[in-house]
Amino acid sequence: MNATSMTMTEARLEWNPSDRGRVAMLCLIAAEAAIFTIFVVAYVFYLGKSLTGPLPKDVLSVPIVYTICLLSSSLTIHFAAKSLRRGEIKSFGVLWLATITLGAAFLYGTGIEWYRMIYKEGFTISTNLFGTTYYSLVGLHAFHVVVGLLSLSIVMVFTLLGRVRAEHAERIDVLSLYWHFVDAVWIVVFTVVYVIGR
Amino acid sequence: MRSRSPTKWRTWMTQLVVVICGVGAAFAETAPPFSPTNIFAPASTPAKSIFGLSLFVLAVTGAIFLVVFALLLYSVVKFRKRRNDDGREPPQVYGSNQVELAWTIVPILIVIALFMATARVIAVVQKTAPPGNAITVTAIGHQFWWEYRYLDLGVVTANELHVPVSDSVHPTPTFIKLLSADTDHSFWVPRLGGKTDLIPNHPNSMWIDPQETGVYLGQCAQYCGTQHAKMLLRVYVQSRDEFDRWIRQQRRPAVVDDTVSEGQRIFETTACINCHAVSGTVANGRFGPDLTHLMSRDTIGAGAVPNTSENLRRWIRNPNTIKPGSLMPAMELTEKELDAVTAYLETLR
Amino acid sequence: MSTDAIAMPSTAIAPRPIVATLHEWVTTVDHKRLGILYIIYALAFLLIAGVEAMIIRIQLIRPHNNFVSPQEFNRLFTMHGTTMIFFVIMPFMFGFANYLIPLMIGARDMAFPRLNAFSFWMTAFGGLLLYFSVVGANGLYGAGNAPDVGWFAYAPLTSQTFSVGHSTDFWILALLISGFGSIGTAINIIATVLCMRCPGMTLATMPLFAWLNLIMADLVILAVSPLTAAQIMLLIDRYLGGHFFDTQAGGSAVIWMHFFWVFGHPEVYILVLPAFAFASEIIPVFSRKPIFGYSVMVGATIAIGFISMSVWAHHMFTVGMSSAANNFFVISTMAIAVPTGIKIFNWLATMWGGKIEFKTPMLFCIAFLFQFLIAGLTGIMQGAAPFDWHLGNSYFVVAHFHYVIVGGILFCLFGAFYYWFPKMSGKMYSETLGKLHFWIFIIGFHLTFDFMHIPGLLGMPRRIYTYEPGRGWDTWNFIVTIGVFFQAAGILVFLGNLIWSYFRGKAAGSDPWDAWTLEWSTNSPPPAYNFASIPVVKSRRPLWDLKHPNDPDWNYE
Ligand code: HEA
Ligand code: HEA
Ligand code: HEC
Ligand code: CUA
Ligand SMILES: [Cu+2]
Repeated sequence: MNATSMTMTEARLEWNPSDRGRVAMLCLIAAEAAIFTIFVVAYVFYLGKSLTGPLPKDVLSVPIVYTICLLSSSLTIHFAAKSLRRGEIKSFGVLWLATITLGAAFLYGTGIEWYRMIYKEGFTISTNLFGTTYYSLVGLHAFHVVVGLLSLSIVMVFTLLGRVRAEHAERIDVLSLYWHFVDAVWIVVFTVVYVIGR
Repeated sequence: MRSRSPTKWRTWMTQLVVVICGVGAAFAETAPPFSPTNIFAPASTPAKSIFGLSLFVLAVTGAIFLVVFALLLYSVVKFRKRRNDDGREPPQVYGSNQVELAWTIVPILIVIALFMATARVIAVVQKTAPPGNAITVTAIGHQFWWEYRYLDLGVVTANELHVPVSDSVHPTPTFIKLLSADTDHSFWVPRLGGKTDLIPNHPNSMWIDPQETGVYLGQCAQYCGTQHAKMLLRVYVQSRDEFDRWIRQQRRPAVVDDTVSEGQRIFETTACINCHAVSGTVANGRFGPDLTHLMSRDTIGAGAVPNTSENLRRWIRNPNTIKPGSLMPAMELTEKELDAVTAYLETLR
Repeated sequence: MSTDAIAMPSTAIAPRPIVATLHEWVTTVDHKRLGILYIIYALAFLLIAGVEAMIIRIQLIRPHNNFVSPQEFNRLFTMHGTTMIFFVIMPFMFGFANYLIPLMIGARDMAFPRLNAFSFWMTAFGGLLLYFSVVGANGLYGAGNAPDVGWFAYAPLTSQTFSVGHSTDFWILALLISGFGSIGTAINIIATVLCMRCPGMTLATMPLFAWLNLIMADLVILAVSPLTAAQIMLLIDRYLGGHFFDTQAGGSAVIWMHFFWVFGHPEVYILVLPAFAFASEIIPVFSRKPIFGYSVMVGATIAIGFISMSVWAHHMFTVGMSSAANNFFVISTMAIAVPTGIKIFNWLATMWGGKIEFKTPMLFCIAFLFQFLIAGLTGIMQGAAPFDWHLGNSYFVVAHFHYVIVGGILFCLFGAFYYWFPKMSGKMYSETLGKLHFWIFIIGFHLTFDFMHIPGLLGMPRRIYTYEPGRGWDTWNFIVTIGVFFQAAGILVFLGNLIWSYFRGKAAGSDPWDAWTLEWSTNSPPPAYNFASIPVVKSRRPLWDLKHPNDPDWNYE
């Protein structure tokens, strides 16, 4: 009666204290994923259930360019982290800045779409079920982009102050994990809202 | 569970329950006088199917309890540390794959048996379609009272549901469509069937076929606000003749009685008619119970108090003294007006 | 014992200004102090919510009683349920996990001490916010009132239409904020268990306590997050005019039920797994045998974790689901009996052939086994959907879950209190008072919750502030109410014992139970740094190996 089978899987599961940041981030991502799941379920559940207009196809325009921005920021942050591990602080800084710019561009895109819908078309969160679920889901994602951008900016400031060094690569990796997650969620949100939902 | 004839096994189990679970059996014996809302005194097919399942589940869980409890008792007594203990540690046992396997497999088999019995009853109750002669009623839950509409028969009433008896000669089940006007409620008359919720935007249905005449009690079983406690249910199961007579009487418009015209005037000029309907008059409010045949009901305030003149008067003066939190406001009538309105209502047979 | 002065500076003889001590406790990031803060906080709320239960019971002692108004009654059960679940049992469990996990796995602290403090204060703030509603719910200038929507707050009762004022908002915010705290603690527990174990301790040799809390933390992450999402939606409805649960605008009341129970069901296992963890430590020690079938226990726990996420709609058998859905949730619900049964049998097998010592912690654990068995079986009855069409929302359900929560979890918790009190305080509790507590409480428990099943079977729905005479419920309700006073007396004895022993108890020594896990290898109470040198272990019972060098465990595991 014993745990031979368990010790086998063990080898791969062994963590040490320096991994705890990564473990915590993965847990946080799991929790966030659960939150997003509920919002996505609500969105899908209420598709076509609004009692009044407008419908998704009346107001939504597909944000292709901004989506490309956000997704490519995943690449830039990946290479930024790689540069840092190699100790190339300069190229790290440049790529990091690129990430922030791309993320900000995405946010700008959401901003002008919302502006158009709210002020030009009078479509708000309380208009109908579609409004409620749309603004909540996209807004929740945008909120995560904002949080991500703030954290990225803090790192940027430290980089400019010359305080970021190669030994911080581990932490930068953890942060980029979060950013990848935000991107991945967008793929889901995009699919649900702009592909299936329209 | 591997027995070739499941019915035999079930009879055996049912007998077992009489021995172990004295609770269930004893309740069934002493049913109605003991409690008019006893779930072990079924009087309608859905309730009876559930009752059968309950006995089976009680028997199985009762048996499991006996076995595991006996094991627990035995180990506590047998393996207690004795006074003359030698102070040595007992043999250290780390586990055993065989026993672990045994107490995984046996529960799995029991679970499968329980599931199959359950699935059958779910099918019996949920998949029965209304036969042609079924009565259909729409029940609408309101914060703290019940509205019943017999759409085919053209009757609207409140709080006291009338259905015909469904004996083996003339099976006439009643199918109830369940809607809600505000919050969630639940329709539960234990002797007639299990409960089903009334949820806004989510129509439900259930059916009963009571086999004995009489009044069956129950109450709202989903928390719906302040007066959830006094949202009582009364189901009047009548012989077919009586039921038909009741329907004919409910279909008539309200009687007009000139001796109470003063009361009627007050009723129609006070806010009463915003909320209450009396057919054949200007009163057509739907927020409160239909009062056309108020006096044909035994109780007022969804079963809160008997329908007597004092209670009626007390209710109209201030419903909160009977049912605090009910949604009917005190109408601030003078004593004279109260008398007149009460007299008027008392003519609404 | 020279290290004592270093161990607990706050109990040092030298008079210290109370403000300084207080400041130290408020700003502490030490896992032991945070653990104790959690526990004291939960104890306070246990008294509050217990008194609420007593008022509920007094109101129900006879039909047509007028002790409280219906409005007050509805607030009482809402506050009682919410407090007990979120601000009593959860903080208790987090407190013990915080205190014990680092000690058991040979670490100096949790993985993130500051996150730990943050999480505690979030939880604490959530509870205070909930009770602040009593004065503040209508705005500070008006009289407040407590939330009255029930602990699962079904829509549309929570909408602006049916719940005016702010009491529901306080309920939402309290749970949202304490939810963040819970998720933070869960992340911390996972990171600690995975990353901070001492050399030699693998996942397969760590104490079951760590395993069960690890699974519990996973469930917190996967279950509390949906609740957070649902609460955000409800806030959007109430403050931004959203329609998620607005049935007038086509919203669905049923989807709230799904969202709530997707959280609510795993939640009950979040509560019970730590209780299992206590039992898994206490039963072996007082039976003088290792836990039977360690890896099967771990496997069963993981199975419970997974299955518990697919059974939520057994709370919704009466909302009119399709028969296919009903069947699915019947089978998944009953499936849980299998891994849970395995645990019960393994505990029994641990006792089997042992030498059982009936010390107070063990008494509580034996009572737990007995009561959890019954509670689980009534759970199975409810799991048979058609039976639940009767039982659901009746007092039978109330009896079922108090049987699990009080008879199972609270009993285990009391056991844990007595078992680890010597470690936490350095003092031995009074065995006489402990046994007195046990017997008074168990009498009260059975008076209350055994007889509570019966009105349920006789058609008494829950959440009613009063009931009609003549339905056969009167006698039972009377007995049930009497039982509460015994429970209260038992709890008073318990508190008395804690206080008396803290000041007057004999010194406990580092290992009063002759136990086997690492926390017993350090001083009582442990010094701030826990271990003078980080231990190295080779088996699941490092102290057994130490005490039996000729016959160490690693030869058998
Ligand atoms: C910590 C708490 C806890 C635990 C552990 C459980 C455990 C279980 N519960 Fe319970 N439950 C609650 C807390 C808990 N519950 C609460 C709080 C509510 C009400 C919420 C509310 O409405 O307010 C509730 C409500 C509730 C309902 C909904 C009732 C309704 O509202 O209509 C149901 C229905 O299926 C249910 C079932 C079960 C089952 C099957 C288990 C199983 O896990 C039990 C498994 C254990 C055993 C079965 C015993 C040991 C096993 C053996 C000895 C093996 C052999 C046995 C067999 C093969 C059967 N519970
Ligand atoms: C963790 C969970 C937990 C615990 C431990 C308890 C403990 C108790 N509960 Fe609770 N209960 C719930 C969780 C819990 N409950 C939930 C979730 C609900 C559902 C709510 C809802 O429907 O929304 C509920 C509902 C509920 C109801 C149903 C209300 C209704 O539906 O109308 C009742 C009725 O009897 C009840 C009773 C009790 C009793 C008597 C205890 C006793 O065990 C309590 C014992 C404790 C004491 C008696 C305290 C002793 C205190 C002192 C001695 C202090 C005195 C001194 C000072 C103040 C200094 N509970
Ligand atoms: C704001 C709406 C409203 C107004 C105005 C109102 N009622 Fe009511 N009434 C109700 C509601 C709602 C109920 C059901 C209360 C309950 O059972 O919880 C009710 C119940 C009753 C009942 C009991 C009916 C039954 O079968 O249980 C009577 C009688 C009654 N009202 C008479 C009156 C009279 C007379 C007036 C005017 C003086 C009046 N009502 C004005 C809403 C109103
Ligand atoms: Cu209607 Cu409770
Ligand atoms: Cu459950």
